Amino acid sequence: MTHKRRGSWMDALRRTQARVAAFFRRDSMDRDLEEEVAAHIAMATEENVRRGLSPEEARRRALVRFGGVEQAKERQRESRGLPWLDTVLQDLRYTVRTLARDRGFATVAILILALGIGANVVVFSVVNTILLRPLPFYDPSRLVWIAPEHPNGLSDSTYSVDAYEDLRSMNRSFEDVTGYFAFSTTDNYKLTGRGDPKPVTGIMVAGNFFHVLGVEPQLGRLFTEDESRKGGPAAVLLAHPFWQRQFSGDRSIVGKVITLDNHPVTVVGVLPESFDFGAAFSPGSKVDILTPVMMDEIRYEGNTLALIGRLKPGATVEQARAEAKTLFPQFYWGKKYPDSKGNYTGWPIPLKDYVSGKLRRSLVVLWSAVGLILLIVCVNLSNLLLARAAARSKEFALRSALGAGRGRLIRQLLTESLVLAVAGAAFGLALSYALLRYLAHQGSIALPLLNSVRLDTAALLWTLAITVSTSVLFGLLPGVRASRANVQEALKDGGHGATEGRKHEAMRTVLVVSEVALACVLLIGAGLLLRSFLKVLDVDLGFQPATAAAMKLDYDDGNSTDRRSAILQNVARRVSAIPGIDAVGFSDNLPLDRNRGWGGPRVKGKNYKPGEVPGAFVYIVSPGYMKAMGMRLRGRDFAWSDSDKSEGVIILNRKAAKGLWPDEDPIGKIAVLGKKDVRVIGVIDDVRDTNIEGQTGWQMYLPMTESDWGPDGAYLVVRTKLPPAQLSGTVLRTLREINPNQPSVEFRPMQRVVDHATSPRQFFVLLVGTFAGLGLLLASLGIYGVISYSVTRRTQEIGIRMALGASPGHVQIGVIRNTLQMAAVGIAAGAVLSIAMAHLISSLLFGTAPTDPPTFAGMPVLLVAVALLAGYLPARRASRINPMVALRNE
Amino acid sequence: MGDAKLDLLQGTLDLMVLQTLAAMGEMHGYGIARRIEQVSGDEVLLNQGTIYAALVRLQQRGWIEAEWGASDNNRRAKFYSITKRGRKQLADDTEYWRRLASVMGRVLAMGEEVEEQ
Repeated sequence: MTHKRRGSWMDALRRTQARVAAFFRRDSMDRDLEEEVAAHIAMATEENVRRGLSPEEARRRALVRFGGVEQAKERQRESRGLPWLDTVLQDLRYTVRTLARDRGFATVAILILALGIGANVVVFSVVNTILLRPLPFYDPSRLVWIAPEHPNGLSDSTYSVDAYEDLRSMNRSFEDVTGYFAFSTTDNYKLTGRGDPKPVTGIMVAGNFFHVLGVEPQLGRLFTEDESRKGGPAAVLLAHPFWQRQFSGDRSIVGKVITLDNHPVTVVGVLPESFDFGAAFSPGSKVDILTPVMMDEIRYEGNTLALIGRLKPGATVEQARAEAKTLFPQFYWGKKYPDSKGNYTGWPIPLKDYVSGKLRRSLVVLWSAVGLILLIVCVNLSNLLLARAAARSKEFALRSALGAGRGRLIRQLLTESLVLAVAGAAFGLALSYALLRYLAHQGSIALPLLNSVRLDTAALLWTLAITVSTSVLFGLLPGVRASRANVQEALKDGGHGATEGRKHEAMRTVLVVSEVALACVLLIGAGLLLRSFLKVLDVDLGFQPATAAAMKLDYDDGNSTDRRSAILQNVARRVSAIPGIDAVGFSDNLPLDRNRGWGGPRVKGKNYKPGEVPGAFVYIVSPGYMKAMGMRLRGRDFAWSDSDKSEGVIILNRKAAKGLWPDEDPIGKIAVLGKKDVRVIGVIDDVRDTNIEGQTGWQMYLPMTESDWGPDGAYLVVRTKLPPAQLSGTVLRTLREINPNQPSVEFRPMQRVVDHATSPRQFFVLLVGTFAGLGLLLASLGIYGVISYSVTRRTQEIGIRMALGASPGHVQIGVIRNTLQMAAVGIAAGAVLSIAMAHLISSLLFGTAPTDPPTFAGMPVLLVAVALLAGYLPARRASRINPMVALRNE
Repeated sequence: MGDAKLDLLQGTLDLMVLQTLAAMGEMHGYGIARRIEQVSGDEVLLNQGTIYAALVRLQQRGWIEAEWGASDNNRRAKFYSITKRGRKQLADDTEYWRRLASVMGRVLAMGEEVEEQ
């Protein structure tokens, strides 16, 4: 009767709607039908009575004619509702009942799944945030980072103002180019006039910065051209969190004047919450305010601008690169020095690559590790389900004897695994939600964009996908196996289904062996990363972070070196007098903090080709700084008496000293820095300047007390064995007595600075390590399950052997030998896989070979130990089997 | 749902119900069942209960409507009536059945002709 359905899809739709409605109105529709059927029978009975039948006979005939009240009702229900959904619900109810009966199994399974799925969702969210999601700017795919192809650190990846301006006017690939001042330090501004003076971190950006990125202010406006000009009106934009924290989100702040560094500045706008300068450009640090950079003020300060370009629509990065090849060599460091032309190169890369490119491999490794965990979880659950299926074989045999088809049984088992997976996913989501919230508020992890990590739609979809695939993956094998079970054998009373049992056991052994292999790969990977991390922690930093702490110091020297010297001496004297403080010094830059390079020193009297002397990282410091920082100095430290009136002095690091005087003792030699002669008074061990894992370049230390090198602000550095936080109050009071304008700041322990630098590695090691631990736990659970089951199954066999004279020790050794065989095969397979894996992650390792022998030896030993433990418990049980009891049970 | 035989029966029953309602006007389920039995004589052995599956199906398609009312001897009963779309469907189905019957007649007659020759 297909012609009826030409009523079109509208008809089908209406029918479906009605069916769904009927499904949900089941109770009222059933009552309706009940009444209707009752009326039907009553009317039929009445009619029969009218024909002269007795009431009983009349009713009987009416029922016969009706033909089965219940069947009719069922048929009506079937045609009106959603019969397949009814079946599903039936399966679900059955599943929930079954699982409720086996609470121990359900709890373990859901817990394992929650851990596996939760870990996957967390890692996916992190990967999605850092790697997959576009940057939070307008049309971010057209944004590029402009730097030389292989920057040598230092100021190598930045450009001078003249170069920037030439690039802006001469290029044909970019819609516009912008930049920001790349050498700002934390707490570089001081906010006064609102309670205690407060330190504020600000970044100076080019006037067109926000236009190029496509960021609109939430309140107020962006900078005007006037405001970016020297001598123009002073303006500031507030970052959203700072606006919330400092001004309690007061909207009327826009247009008001605040005092920064003792100058009035107008707040012209507030940036949106989605814009976080630190998250994109300097991970793990917060930026409070943004101010326009006055190009004329920094024009001859060197390579100070980091550049970002927006490609013209249709222009490619390759085109921009090709153009840069001919364009950049035409730029001047400074146009008033004609010979400063030709030292620039440029290699634009997508901004996204700059922000997260370095992390891609780490994140992929993390993602793979967590995928492995999910795989182990699946294998483990398959294993548990197989064990359960073995115990339930009678139930399945009974059901199939009663007519349940094989498909129906598989569907039932898949429903069970889906229910488990969904429950696990629910807990896993809760777990990952908590963890992601924690991560998002962990300002100290130096990973880009991590502050915006959250459980979003993509993560939820991902959860759904892995939940469904997990349940199919771990449910299918036991499902198929169970449904194939031999009805006859399973139903035989008392029979252990010997062959089935052995087949089950073989299957389970294969699963456990693969679990051990996967866990082995994870453990060795985690071991290699952990060894690298320990090597990083072991790096000689050149200073002692544990006992040093720094605090931003405010002072007003009126640009007089003598006054500065007097102020600093006074502060040093007063602060040294505080009990617990062992040494005091000042520096305008800290290790592992801001990047800053100058032209390097040269040997006096020697001629150099342009570019022959590398740039040098510069610290402008006071006497006592090196001692406070715990640096190792050969020669003498600066003295307060080193001044403009005495001979110029310099301290070099080993690398610079060796570079200048490869074969001689540099101490006492004269070098030329800029146009000034300086005597080398000391050589200091290399200090890690901007990162721990890279190479250290030339470094030089210049005295704060000479007016040729004006320090750029100052940090007070103390050496103490006390926790620095304990000292902050006392020190701050002392500083306030000297200078009431001193902003209220805490000591920053240098250890925290180091931790910040190692935080990404620590983050990865912690996660991969956790996953490896989880893998180990799951593998040992698997081993325990299989061995324990085989002991139970072989109780009689063991009983017989013991009756025949086998000692308990003998039995125990036998079981343990089984365990070890299983572990050995898994470990061997895992080790082979690990060699391949180790080469894939070799670029993530530090000071550790991909074939690192301690890791490759240690991790298998750990696995064997855990396997032994997992096998020991069932082995002990086996050795305590009482032969009499075991045999009587037959 | 169900196999081919049942499907044909259902479709047939649907058509019978529609035709009954079109001819007789508003009726309750028992009345429709009795009417079909009477018209078809003893040729159709109908389990009266099966009519309720047909009724709910036709209702969901929007071809008939139902309303609770009182029967002749004041019993509460559900009364069904055919809708406008139901009448159109009935016309289509009738046309289809006539054509099918005539084709089937001709096809089946073909065998008889051969036998007669």
